[in-house]
Amino acid sequence: MKLPPVMQNKLFKLVAPLLAVAAAILVSALFIVAIGRNPLVIYQKMFSMTFGSDYGTGQIVFKTTSLMLAGLAVAIPFKVKLLNIGGEGQVLAGAFAAAAVGFLLPPQTHPFAAITICSFSAIIAGSTVALFAGWLKVRFGINEVISTIMLNFIVQAFVGYMLTWHLAVPSTVHTPEIVQSAQLPMFDSIIGIWHKSPANTSTLLALIACLGTWIMIFKTTAGYEMRAAGLQPEAARYAGINANTHTLKAMAAGGAMAGLAATNLVLGYKHFYEAGLTSGIGFIGIAVALLAYAHPLWIIASALLFGFLEYGGLTVNAYVPKDIFMMMQAVTILMVLVLTKTLNRA
Amino acid sequence: MNAVSLSAVSKQFGEFWANRDISLDIHSGSIHAIVGENGAGKSTLTKIIYGLLTPTSGSISVRGQSVRFNSPRQAIAAGIGMVHQHFMLIPGLTVTENIILGDERCALFSLLNRKEAARKIQSIADRHGMAIDPDVFISELSVGEEQRVEILKLLYRNANILILDEPSAVLTPSETEQLFRTLKSFRKEGKTVLLITHKLGEVLSVSDTVSVMRRGRIVATEPTTAVTKSDLARLMVGRNVLLRVENPPEKPGNTVLKVSQAGFIDEKGRQRLDGLSFKVREGEIYGIAGVEGNGQSELLALLWGMVEPGCLTSGSITVSNIPLDDKSSAEVASLGVSLIPENRLQHAVIKDFSVYDNMIFGRHREKKFLRFAGFDAKTIRGYTNTLIGQYDIRCDIQSNPALSDLSGGNQQKIVLAREIERPGLKLLILAQPTRGVDIGALEMIHKKIIEARDKNIAILLVSAELDEIISLSSRIGCLYKGSIRHEFSTEEIRKGRSSEQDFEKEIGMFIT
Repeated sequence: MKLPPVMQNKLFKLVAPLLAVAAAILVSALFIVAIGRNPLVIYQKMFSMTFGSDYGTGQIVFKTTSLMLAGLAVAIPFKVKLLNIGGEGQVLAGAFAAAAVGFLLPPQTHPFAAITICSFSAIIAGSTVALFAGWLKVRFGINEVISTIMLNFIVQAFVGYMLTWHLAVPSTVHTPEIVQSAQLPMFDSIIGIWHKSPANTSTLLALIACLGTWIMIFKTTAGYEMRAAGLQPEAARYAGINANTHTLKAMAAGGAMAGLAATNLVLGYKHFYEAGLTSGIGFIGIAVALLAYAHPLWIIASALLFGFLEYGGLTVNAYVPKDIFMMMQAVTILMVLVLTKTLNRA
Repeated sequence: MNAVSLSAVSKQFGEFWANRDISLDIHSGSIHAIVGENGAGKSTLTKIIYGLLTPTSGSISVRGQSVRFNSPRQAIAAGIGMVHQHFMLIPGLTVTENIILGDERCALFSLLNRKEAARKIQSIADRHGMAIDPDVFISELSVGEEQRVEILKLLYRNANILILDEPSAVLTPSETEQLFRTLKSFRKEGKTVLLITHKLGEVLSVSDTVSVMRRGRIVATEPTTAVTKSDLARLMVGRNVLLRVENPPEKPGNTVLKVSQAGFIDEKGRQRLDGLSFKVREGEIYGIAGVEGNGQSELLALLWGMVEPGCLTSGSITVSNIPLDDKSSAEVASLGVSLIPENRLQHAVIKDFSVYDNMIFGRHREKKFLRFAGFDAKTIRGYTNTLIGQYDIRCDIQSNPALSDLSGGNQQKIVLAREIERPGLKLLILAQPTRGVDIGALEMIHKKIIEARDKNIAILLVSAELDEIISLSSRIGCLYKGSIRHEFSTEEIRKGRSSEQDFEKEIGMFIT
């Protein structure tokens, strides 16, 4: 069968991640066998406790929500050929800002205003951190990989200091609870699904963010210029496109998405910030974006897979160490990379 | 005796015949040119001879011995060497180190005998009049010198059949001349040169025999003395081609572009433009003739708001009396100025974008293409289809192709269409508009330039091809070391066109 090149390309893009996932499942099965368990039993257990149950599905939805946003935080700058490794710090900054603003608000604030104010504080915090890395790039030509990693350290240390010395509720590692009106409703309380799970309405925000990003990148003039500047910066310059503005815009938008992940964690679930609340999300976001070829809509599927692996690993923790599933995540990414290279050559 | 002879060689890629039934004898000690348009199969043929591709059918013999190469290594062992269009040198190593790389002639882990190698390289270079210092780093060389290193690499390996793929594409006219002298000296030594090119002038001046390829076949092999430029052009394209576009008298109007006393000092403090002054009027083509590196790129950077920080500029440039100083390229464009940059694949298009997206590239801020925060896809499609018809751009637009799926000539037509059709266009700046373009497309591009001129647009043409400058320009400025050294008037050019050879020489005196 001969397909036109465009179709071949599309088909190939669909097939590579699926093959990679299949390969990762096989490799993990080998690991499970190696520790003396039956992979079929483990996989069956894992499935029944995740998508097989109402609570498990809710947990996956919750994890997926953070990962979608963390994925977008990497994907948007990636369109201008910037690698934002700072999702970790940007999510943290957002979560901390939302929590801090959330408990400082007067309790009688209208819910709509309270949620908006807290979300925007998170967005601005995440965005500012990323924008700073963008500014360093534009002004001094500093590689964004280095600067975002350094910013991760700075944000972590700053938040740690603020928490321990100023904001933590005495003898705990978390901040006071945010005002009631700033809390996002659970799906459980509105439509009665995913009972007792942390799944909350910020999932809708994340989905809107994915769709909005897709529209921004592929349908607007700003996205057109951004993609051009990413593909051929010199050509963009000749066409009167200012690549620096787009570097700043893309970093700011990416950081904003990371910050928004705080709504899920703080406004939707914990209602305060505690040490370690966000750890790992930014990094898995890199994998989420990579697996989805940085496409804002594919990120939904990719985040779902990683959300499933994250929570699935926890469910069978008693039989198989969670580390096996961390390996599985990494194997999936490596497989995608290997398959894209080899299938491209064939 | 024949250095290389091919009989009934064919190469098929899927359904496509890149080479079909090629029989060709290349005589020892001759310079044999192969000409043809892009995609005619020249590259495939050389790759077969060099062992990079194996033919689907047919046989090859080298000096009477039947051969079948599976890799370039075997071809090199048989004395065949190739200089590719893109050089394969390591910038961080010296000339000598690059040349002996892969042929060090000493045991593994023993010390390299660089001195001996350098001496040998120097002697080969001297014998053929190639100026080179074996001890400098590649990164310090000019493109012409890099090419010399590539050629020396082959000679060092005792190649006596040399294949050169478009060698003059990267050279200045004087470097080209020098290269040809070297090639002739190879011939004297009995070496065989296979020259792949699409520049007909070069073929006539340097080769002994010429073969013309069209659509994978060799359509003619003739002694060079027996053919003319227009014969070759007709054979290449398969129809009569106007090498000289019809150029009716121009009716110039008011001054559009005025450059006065422009100066340019680059980051390293070198004076690139020095008191450059000229004017371009409505409805005329002002040609800037000159050897590359005499200030052309600096002039273009000035005009298009692309001056790098750290450069010092002086003087004034106005378009319709509006000064350009410190305007960005987008602002310059909004005055009704279009630029077709020399390196269009890098600078004028986005290869991975669709044809539609490229048709508005740089004009994507025009209101008619916009809807809300995005584009009006329907208008853009309609507009693209109209221009595809008007400019005879050949592509299957129904399948929404990426720009990189199109041939070089068609890509250039897209750029040309987009820039000429810019609303309110007053000044069109063309840099090497036909570089790397087929003869067929060239004819059409020249026609469109004249048409634009007759729509009262002022045109600035910067080109290293003197015949292009002569056949299109209303006035010619000879650019030398950053200023106009001499200007030819319209009458002089009209007279000059009747005896082009002499006129080219006359211009040549002012640019070297």
